[in-house]
Amino acid sequence: MNALSRFFARLEGPQTLGRGPGFWIGFLIVLAGACAYPLFSDGYTVGNTVYFFTWIFMALGLSLIWGYGGALSFGQTAFFGIAGYAYGILTINFGAAYGFTFVALLFAVAIAALFAALLGYFLFFGRISGVFLGIVTLSVTLVLERFMAQTAGPEWKIGAARLNGFNGMSNMPPLTVPWPGGDIVLFPDVQLYYVVLGMLVLVYLGLRILVNSPFGNVLVAIRENPERAEMLGYDIRKYQLGTFVIGAALAGLSGVLYTSWGQYITPSSMGMTAAALPIVWVAVGGRSDLTTTLVGTITVLAVFQALTIHGSQYALVVMGVMLVLTVLLAPRGLIYALARLLARPFSKRASNGQPGDA
Amino acid sequence: MDVGTLAFSALYQFGDAFAFLVLSACGLAVIFGMMGVINLAHGEFIMCGAYVTVSAAHAGVPLPLAILIGALASAAVGALVEILIIRHLYDRPLDTIVATWGLSLIFTQGTLIVLGSTMAGVGTPFGSFTVGDYSYSLYRLVLCGMAVVVIAGLYALFNWTRFGVMARATIQVPHMAAALGIDTRLVYSLTFALGAGLAGLAGGLYAPTMTLVPTMGTTFIMEAFVTVVVGGADVFLGTAPAAAILAVVKASMTSWYGQLAGQIGLLMAVIIVIRVLPRGISGFLLRERA
Repeated sequence: MNALSRFFARLEGPQTLGRGPGFWIGFLIVLAGACAYPLFSDGYTVGNTVYFFTWIFMALGLSLIWGYGGALSFGQTAFFGIAGYAYGILTINFGAAYGFTFVALLFAVAIAALFAALLGYFLFFGRISGVFLGIVTLSVTLVLERFMAQTAGPEWKIGAARLNGFNGMSNMPPLTVPWPGGDIVLFPDVQLYYVVLGMLVLVYLGLRILVNSPFGNVLVAIRENPERAEMLGYDIRKYQLGTFVIGAALAGLSGVLYTSWGQYITPSSMGMTAAALPIVWVAVGGRSDLTTTLVGTITVLAVFQALTIHGSQYALVVMGVMLVLTVLLAPRGLIYALARLLARPFSKRASNGQPGDA
Repeated sequence: MDVGTLAFSALYQFGDAFAFLVLSACGLAVIFGMMGVINLAHGEFIMCGAYVTVSAAHAGVPLPLAILIGALASAAVGALVEILIIRHLYDRPLDTIVATWGLSLIFTQGTLIVLGSTMAGVGTPFGSFTVGDYSYSLYRLVLCGMAVVVIAGLYALFNWTRFGVMARATIQVPHMAAALGIDTRLVYSLTFALGAGLAGLAGGLYAPTMTLVPTMGTTFIMEAFVTVVVGGADVFLGTAPAAAILAVVKASMTSWYGQLAGQIGLLMAVIIVIRVLPRGISGFLLRERA
């Protein structure tokens, strides 16, 4: 019991909204609901819900980099795409036997993280910050998209995997669990739902521990005032680089899950519009908290899909309007503002001074 | 092929790349250098200029006048955007990027909905001429000349006119400028409109050379970003030399391995430059002089 309460203590802290038994009972109820959800639904709808879930990792990574670290990265979809393509290339070449798809997942995420480490070294050790960080990461993303879009010719192949230019790669095997009585292939259905839900819970709790740890406190200190954090003796470049790499790895995880989910990946998943969407989810939800980011991402995705059914052309306009209005009217995020409002009667801290907007 | 034609070919490609970088970046650079705001809807202002220019040209307006109309239309949209959105965000530069990205989504998709996926263009004027074995487009030379004219014009505007003095005063010490009776809000609005107008001018000038699609802004925006990042905050000491240096990189990489290699070369150059000169060329030059 003592170990359990110590574990819970590490999940809570000044850097996350939601604490105390009330929040965690609510969390368990939501989790139980999420676990029971496939019982009340059909395979297609559950598969569609997994599609929502695949994006959340990228959003949580962006929340960590931008909301907690104060570094505006527009490169999330670049890492998403790199990992997605890496997964495709690896699994098309080596197949899905013996659980190799999960090895491919790890490799793909590692490649995305390595790329982020290389890029992040130049950015953070060059002391690039603020607006320049955003436009350099965005430029990298756009060039990567154009590079992948021109790989249509037969000379662009790695092993057996054709890159296929603008049409993208397809027909890579989905994630496959090796099982004694025959492999379980995780098509967008109930099994994949539980695997991704499990990953999501792990990542969410892991990130909560991370941001409430000393690392997270330093990170927030850097966001609030980089010079002061540096004067206190922290090498802010290393903290920012570390955050950037973790965020990129999460975006890579999203990329792998997306690729495995639909068995395709295209260059346009890295383009200007695709790169804007994570910004919309995280900004609208409330970037400076993991829980509001999570709730915001699911909400915005659900709205986006509902709109797409009625008129896909207008959905992106609505996203743009939502982003502009959020920045103007609720700069810390709509869900965040709502959560603060709900938390006010229960918490003394809620009425204290707000940390500055990064 | 003799040395002369080779040299001309290299010079032509350099000039072409230089013009593209200067024209696509100057609007972004004015807004960033003067206001510290990165306008992510920059590409959409370029698109706006191109569309208006082509529409006017289709309506029978002569091309130079049509380009001017395109630039003015873009400036008007810019002024409107400044008043409605940017004005409220000056103390939050990161949020300005996010808001202008939202605008970019709205403009791109809105254009797609209203005007369809493509628009009939106008032909490239002036035809071509040959030097040695190769033929060159005369219009590209005109563009190159326009790039020089734009830089000279901006220099004159900011150094020799009343608006320029007021704008520079506002940028240096805003509250002091306000105390001296300058309407700083108006100056900011005009500066943003100027940047948007320059973007529209770039769109209008390049409209005859490319296909008009709602996403055409992204063709320019990478080059514009890179030039502004390498150049730093000063338009004259930054953007112009940055464009010259990057044009060498781009032209040589492009002629060796194609257009994409040119872009990758630009990106590599920018990543190395920010590691060495985090404040861009103008930051480096200004520190040297100080």
